Amino acid sequence: MAATDVDVFSNEEKRNLSLGGHVGFDSLPDQLVSKSVTQGFCFNILCVGETGIGKSTLMNTLFNTMFENEEASHYQNGVYLRPRTYDLQESNVHLKLTIVDTVGFGDQINKEDSYKPIVDYIDTQFENYLQEELKIKRSLFNYHDTRIHICLYFIAPTGHSLKSLDLVTMKKLDSKVNIIPIIAKADTISKSELHKFKIKIMSELVSNGVQIYQFPTDDEAVSEINASMNAHLPFAVVGSVEEVKVGNKTVRARQYPWGVVQVENESHCDFVKLREMLIRVNMEDLREQTHARHYELYRRCKLEEMGFKDTDPDSQPFSLQETYEAKRKEFLGDLQRKEEEMRQMFVNKVKETEAELKEKERELHEKFEQLKRMHQDEKRKVEEKRKELEDEMNAFNRRKVACETLSSQPLKKDKDKKN
Amino acid sequence: MGQQKNLDGYVGFASLPNQVYRKSVKRGFEFTLMVVGESGLGKSTLINSLFLTDLYSAEYPGPSHRIKKTVQVEQSKVLIKEGGVQLLLTIVDTPGFGDAVDNSNCWQPIIDHIDSKFEDYLNSESRVNRRQMPDSRIHCCLYFIAPSGHGLKPLDIEFMKRLHEKVNVIPLIAKADTLTPEECQQFKKQIMREIQEHKIKIYEFPETDDEEENRLVKKIKDKLPLAVVGSNTIIEVNGKRVRGRQYPWGVAEVENSDHCDFTILRDMLIRTHMQDLKDVTNNVHYENYRSRKLAAVTYNGVDNNKAKGQLSTKSPLAQMEEERREHVTKMKKMEMEMEQVFEMKVKEKVQKLKDSEAELQRRHEQMKKNLEAQHKELEEKRRVFEDERSNWELQQRLEQQKMEASRTLEKNKKKGKIF
Repeated sequence: MAATDVDVFSNEEKRNLSLGGHVGFDSLPDQLVSKSVTQGFCFNILCVGETGIGKSTLMNTLFNTMFENEEASHYQNGVYLRPRTYDLQESNVHLKLTIVDTVGFGDQINKEDSYKPIVDYIDTQFENYLQEELKIKRSLFNYHDTRIHICLYFIAPTGHSLKSLDLVTMKKLDSKVNIIPIIAKADTISKSELHKFKIKIMSELVSNGVQIYQFPTDDEAVSEINASMNAHLPFAVVGSVEEVKVGNKTVRARQYPWGVVQVENESHCDFVKLREMLIRVNMEDLREQTHARHYELYRRCKLEEMGFKDTDPDSQPFSLQETYEAKRKEFLGDLQRKEEEMRQMFVNKVKETEAELKEKERELHEKFEQLKRMHQDEKRKVEEKRKELEDEMNAFNRRKVACETLSSQPLKKDKDKKN
Repeated sequence: MGQQKNLDGYVGFASLPNQVYRKSVKRGFEFTLMVVGESGLGKSTLINSLFLTDLYSAEYPGPSHRIKKTVQVEQSKVLIKEGGVQLLLTIVDTPGFGDAVDNSNCWQPIIDHIDSKFEDYLNSESRVNRRQMPDSRIHCCLYFIAPSGHGLKPLDIEFMKRLHEKVNVIPLIAKADTLTPEECQQFKKQIMREIQEHKIKIYEFPETDDEEENRLVKKIKDKLPLAVVGSNTIIEVNGKRVRGRQYPWGVAEVENSDHCDFTILRDMLIRTHMQDLKDVTNNVHYENYRSRKLAAVTYNGVDNNKAKGQLSTKSPLAQMEEERREHVTKMKKMEMEMEQVFEMKVKEKVQKLKDSEAELQRRHEQMKKNLEAQHKELEEKRRVFEDERSNWELQQRLEQQKMEASRTLEKNKKKGKIF
């Protein structure tokens, strides 16, 4: 992308030299153009508007081709975005065109969250680009850029003012994408009503602080036409792919009993103005604004969210390496801490369980000590009893012996007596 | 990816190249050219001839006029305009290159300079708040080979080998008016042979789809390396005023393609391939630098992927995310393992405790049984003893009674009571 060529001529120490002849670097723009043409261009349009307001027809009319579009029903549960990519070619210029349709917009009873899928889609495309840009090995020069370059906001031709859904949605989108508001189906509004309608819409936009896309006036080649077109916003458009014979020409138009509304007739509607501005004059500027403004804003917010800063507390600029190194150190420290925590937890667990088991062991021993003591007691008792018995037995034996001696003696006496 | 669609009429995006043209002219262009070669090879003169301006003059002397002890890297910025196109041209000089007696590492300051420009660009590209990104990266390096007629010097080979992957190297044969056409041919062949032998990648002209262009490119390729002559003086030859070198034997015209390849160099460098030189610098050399730098930051010494020889396609942050996830898995595994070991150890200990308890219980049972047995034995003994004793006592009593009875009888007999 051409983001590297930036006007830095203001603050450089340089000499202005005049050339002594034709050097030839005036072919540089041609070299650049030829490279761009070889690469091909890509352009992404987002159409936001109620079902049936004429988004698909307008796209077909703008690009002079029949893009496939099934008619959406009014009964969608929510808003969803349907992107379709087409490869177009005109003379030697290849254009990869992506048209994103908002299906179901404005159909729900509760439309509070209608804008969310749209904002999410736009952010996702920015995110994808950012991710690619941050990769270590990246290939930006052949990246298919899906970021939305322009949002055409279709306003219903009520003739009164903007609907609150319109204001809410545009306010949510204006910092993320280039918005061009257009009045759809403008053939239902008369010229005077249209004039009032446009003024009302623009004043409502201004008073609500909605930033719509301003056609750039800094390039002398196109500043005049752009400035005059800025005054015609919002463009009142009519779309048609049907051809009607008018005079001796066949033009795209809508046939009514009371007349024929010619799409490319500037007094009938602003279609030609829209085509001029969108495609023939400012397409490249829209792409540039998307990249240099809206994408940069997204990127800045995202990086700040992730904790990146440009300067450290001492206001010294960070180099990328320092930033990443710091992050990495933090990250590694974090991992290490987690590991330590887990280990510590285990150490504690082990200690606890050991203590528990030791306690159990101690209890067990105590129990058995007690049993042992009981047993000792018992044993002693048994011993005592045994001793008792033995004593008794001894006593008895002695008696027995005594008795026996005694009993043998009297017999002797008796015997003596007899004799 | 996209559907091919045919347009039924003129849409207008064929003007995109014009839009790009306009914007690029408004922005202006930048180009940085580095010249490297020993003193006195005509570098300054060639630059002046190329850009038809007195970049190097008495006021701003060229590199050879400044006697340096070590290799310096100096920049001169000039702003030149042609046909409405502004070019900020930066010429980077390397005075002192190859002039010392010992030229080891004389390329180092040059490599450092190129890297520092890449570093600056990387840092400004990576800032959170990106504004202007001035591109001071070296887009092309003209390397001047002394017209020895033999071959490349070791210094030439060393230099080109070290720089061919950092910058677009275009080798030139300097002061080509000292070689005859045949000598020049030989010299060129020899140089290209040596370049191929050492696998030096000099700047390659890109292939295009255009047959005509490809033929031109092939013609240029056959003449590599370009043999150039430069001059600060304008001489009249056959009524024409040309840049040339006046000799007693004739005038060597700078812009005469029979005399030297100067016009080829000028056309290629400025008129046709300037943009491509910038693109190759941006898409190849810079990206190489960036991915190496970011990979170093991300892996910080962890050599796994480096060993695989692959650079991640993710951003450093995504890389850290992945590492974090890997770490979580690793921690989970570690936790599980530790848990298992812990459980096992606990089981062991509990089992041991159980065994211990069982053993003690068994012993206790055993002792109890023993004791009971003893008890029983004692009781039995006592019973037997008591039986015996009571029997004996009974017997004694009986005998006593008998004796009493017999004694009474005796007594009675003695008393004569018995007849």
